[in-house]
Amino acid sequence: MIAAIRTRTVLVVGAGPAGLAAARAARERGASVILLDASDATGGQYWRHLPPSRPSANERALHHGWSTYRALHDELERDDGCEIVLGAQVWAIERTDASDVTDASGGADASAVTDASASTDAATVPAPVAVHVLVGPPDGTRRVGRTFRPDALVLATGAHDRTLPFPGWDLPGVFTAGAAQAFAKGERVALGGRVVVAGAGPFLLPVAASVAATGAKVLGVYEASRVAGLVRGWLPKPWQLIGAAKKGGELAGYVGSHLRHRIPYVTGRAVVAAHGADRVEAVTIAEVDADWAPIAGTERRVETDAVCVSHGFTPRLELPIAAGCELTPERFVRVDDGQRTSVAGVYAAGEITGIGGVDAALAEGEIAGHVAAGGSARDADLGAAVGARRTFAGFAARIEAAHGIRSGWTSWLDDDTLVCRCEEVPYGRLRDTREATCGSGLRSMKLTTRAGLGICQGRICGRTVEELLGAGPDVGGEDDAGHAASAGLETAAGGLFDRRSDAGGLLDRRATTDRRPIASPLRIGELAAAEDPTTSTTHTVRKGHP
Amino acid sequence: MVSDVVIVGAGIVGAACARALAVAGVRVTVLERGAAASGTSAKGEGNLLVSDKGPGPELDLAVYAASLWPDLVDELADELGPAFPSLEYERKGGLVVATTAAGAEPLRAFAASQRAAGVDARAIPNGTALELEPWLNPEITAAVHYPDDAQVQPVIATEALLASARNHGAAVRTGVEVTGAKRDASGRLIGLVTTAGDVPAGAVLLAAGPWSGETARALGAILPVRPRRGMVLVTTRMPHRVFHKVYDGDYFGATQSSDAALQTSSVVESTAAGTVLLGSSREQVGFDERLRVDVIREIATKALRLFPFLANASIMRAYGGFRPFMPDHLPVIGEDHRIAGLWHASGHEGAGIGLSLATAELLVAGMLGTAAPIDAAPFGLARASLAPYLEEAA
Repeated sequence: MIAAIRTRTVLVVGAGPAGLAAARAARERGASVILLDASDATGGQYWRHLPPSRPSANERALHHGWSTYRALHDELERDDGCEIVLGAQVWAIERTDASDVTDASGGADASAVTDASASTDAATVPAPVAVHVLVGPPDGTRRVGRTFRPDALVLATGAHDRTLPFPGWDLPGVFTAGAAQAFAKGERVALGGRVVVAGAGPFLLPVAASVAATGAKVLGVYEASRVAGLVRGWLPKPWQLIGAAKKGGELAGYVGSHLRHRIPYVTGRAVVAAHGADRVEAVTIAEVDADWAPIAGTERRVETDAVCVSHGFTPRLELPIAAGCELTPERFVRVDDGQRTSVAGVYAAGEITGIGGVDAALAEGEIAGHVAAGGSARDADLGAAVGARRTFAGFAARIEAAHGIRSGWTSWLDDDTLVCRCEEVPYGRLRDTREATCGSGLRSMKLTTRAGLGICQGRICGRTVEELLGAGPDVGGEDDAGHAASAGLETAAGGLFDRRSDAGGLLDRRATTDRRPIASPLRIGELAAAEDPTTSTTHTVRKGHP
Repeated sequence: MVSDVVIVGAGIVGAACARALAVAGVRVTVLERGAAASGTSAKGEGNLLVSDKGPGPELDLAVYAASLWPDLVDELADELGPAFPSLEYERKGGLVVATTAAGAEPLRAFAASQRAAGVDARAIPNGTALELEPWLNPEITAAVHYPDDAQVQPVIATEALLASARNHGAAVRTGVEVTGAKRDASGRLIGLVTTAGDVPAGAVLLAAGPWSGETARALGAILPVRPRRGMVLVTTRMPHRVFHKVYDGDYFGATQSSDAALQTSSVVESTAAGTVLLGSSREQVGFDERLRVDVIREIATKALRLFPFLANASIMRAYGGFRPFMPDHLPVIGEDHRIAGLWHASGHEGAGIGLSLATAELLVAGMLGTAAPIDAAPFGLARASLAPYLEEAA
């Protein structure tokens, strides 16, 4: 068999659930694996834990699926055919194939990327990419540059949590839920004495549980979606939840934790403002309608010293975009049944293909690793993973239907509310500049207002800016009540802009805020430094493997 | 005498022409297939330079353009009011240095030739250069100060010119692509076929930058403009330590060369936002917009030759654009001698931001039959230096 001539190298980016599962599956199929992660431990955001130097007996209780994580991690760490590189920041993916673009108009036309996966034998064509990595602590002394040209690349870069702006959200003491969870899980630091958790989505539950476990009093979890919406989202196919027994177990665990900590869970409420002089001292919680527009007269002030807010997740797309992967209209990486992207030899798994949670990520990762290593999605030993992926496939859609961002949130903004915190761009200026310029392009709007141009490069505010300008991703039509789900201001009360061409909508949608050719900041000295020639060639297997 | 003009392209050249023509009373429609300021104008540094041009017609155009910018900035600010973002115009001056022994004399000679052409090009002692730029590498071998070099935020400038054009009656239609020409029996261009229907035109001005070549083809004309890619790196915000536009002298070599291979030369400057821009590269790779690490690595390496302190600064963004490159290094400004009713304002390569205003004045004079502020003949499509490319292509 041809594949036996040479061991395939599979490079996996991201060591969260999807990446770990991909690495193990690729190893089981006989490939040589390099697993990269930017942090100093495997596990990703989901299984973030204390370092080995400060072990905790409590991880099992804090983490759903902890034994799954330990098994994956321990097996890969023992395995000489898998090189785990931590502190590895991929700062660029360079495409090495011939250009397929003869005419980049910068206009609204779709990318001309062709689907090579269907016609190409993945086992013979190396991924047309060079993956540029810096290894070492980002704030330490000079990091070491490495470049990988693997046979197959599995992208499992995950998602970061999305927080919508509200007046006062920039006060100290207001945390994104992801940051709050990182503190709670990684540092075991209590955020405050009286903590409010708010936003939308099932992620609020583990966040509240983690925060409570640090000893803080969680005053309540305020879910913006209303019960009717939650029922619509979760109930159309409730038997799928039963089939997804582990998911049900996860949620049951959080609910149990909430009962133990006596945390109220309230729907149809949102934190619409935070107040305080030097740090947050109180929040205003209001009832919101089905569109998330606050209902006048329902505002209630709650004294608090920490607020954790999350409204969902944004996939980390800069690396797939750099690799040339085609996206879906909802702006996730498009994959086929083998987790192949539109670029031959490049695979994607986990949240970048759809926000589906840990079980979907594990299944997709396993399939991606197996196929990247030369296997087929129809191989019998993938049966369980394919079945699991099917089981959880509807999960993302149900989360979006039940908890997806609704357009009414914009009515809680003040003119002074910062939309882009890095560059301190308030909502009023964004709106006024758009009106003054009749701005028709996202890139122009960013460059005239500076929104999204700061150090976070739009990771925090990008989607928000896009939606405020009517350029967000498509979000799958209307929900039952006839509301365009999660659309931008074009449907908001008092909507500013519409998206149609030749009528003031944004026309350069390829200029998405997700496009970041420099995927993470690097020092000019690091960029200028010649690479170590011993590491800048095609990766070779360090140790022989059967 | 032209009474109504359809301009193809809402970059800065199209925007400047739209405003100038609208102010002059011409009925103007701008058609843009993408978004305004979404092409070349959004992908450069915003250079208004006299320092990088040797004696000749382009330098004359640049000197004239430099004289137009201060008044225009004031006029736009008055007209558009405080709600409109500032154009960030700054006459910060350029400092060109040589970094090798061999590069010193050519730089001084180049500056002397510019002085003879009327440019304020001051050969200064190295110590004076280090007073102007205290963080500059002290190992420089020669320095020339150009007080007239200036900078503008090119996207805001483009949007401001379009806003002013609209105030003077122009229509700006984005998302409309030109697909063909309407001609009368004599062959004269009388309108455009577009994705939004036919648009009649007394005259058509093609100002689509590097995409002018393909648009000209759609209209039945050959225009030998090609894309030349340039990359710029952007640092995170930092304390203000670069005060001028600072160039390595071999920048001129890159801008004046026709070599298709990669060339980089160092250009370092601060922006009003607090970032530092590092440029730039020039390579002819068609419209391939993918990142090339060897290109940005070379830009970074050469920037450190000018400012060693930048080694610890962080790059957070890179952007690349396509400059409209003409084989004889001069823009095409004026009427097409082959097709009546077709006018051109293309091919400014990396200088279009600065030259846009002067280009617009030349076109207004040409279209309205008024006196041209400078000699327009060198920019005509019929010039001898372009003839081989028109023939070859035809």
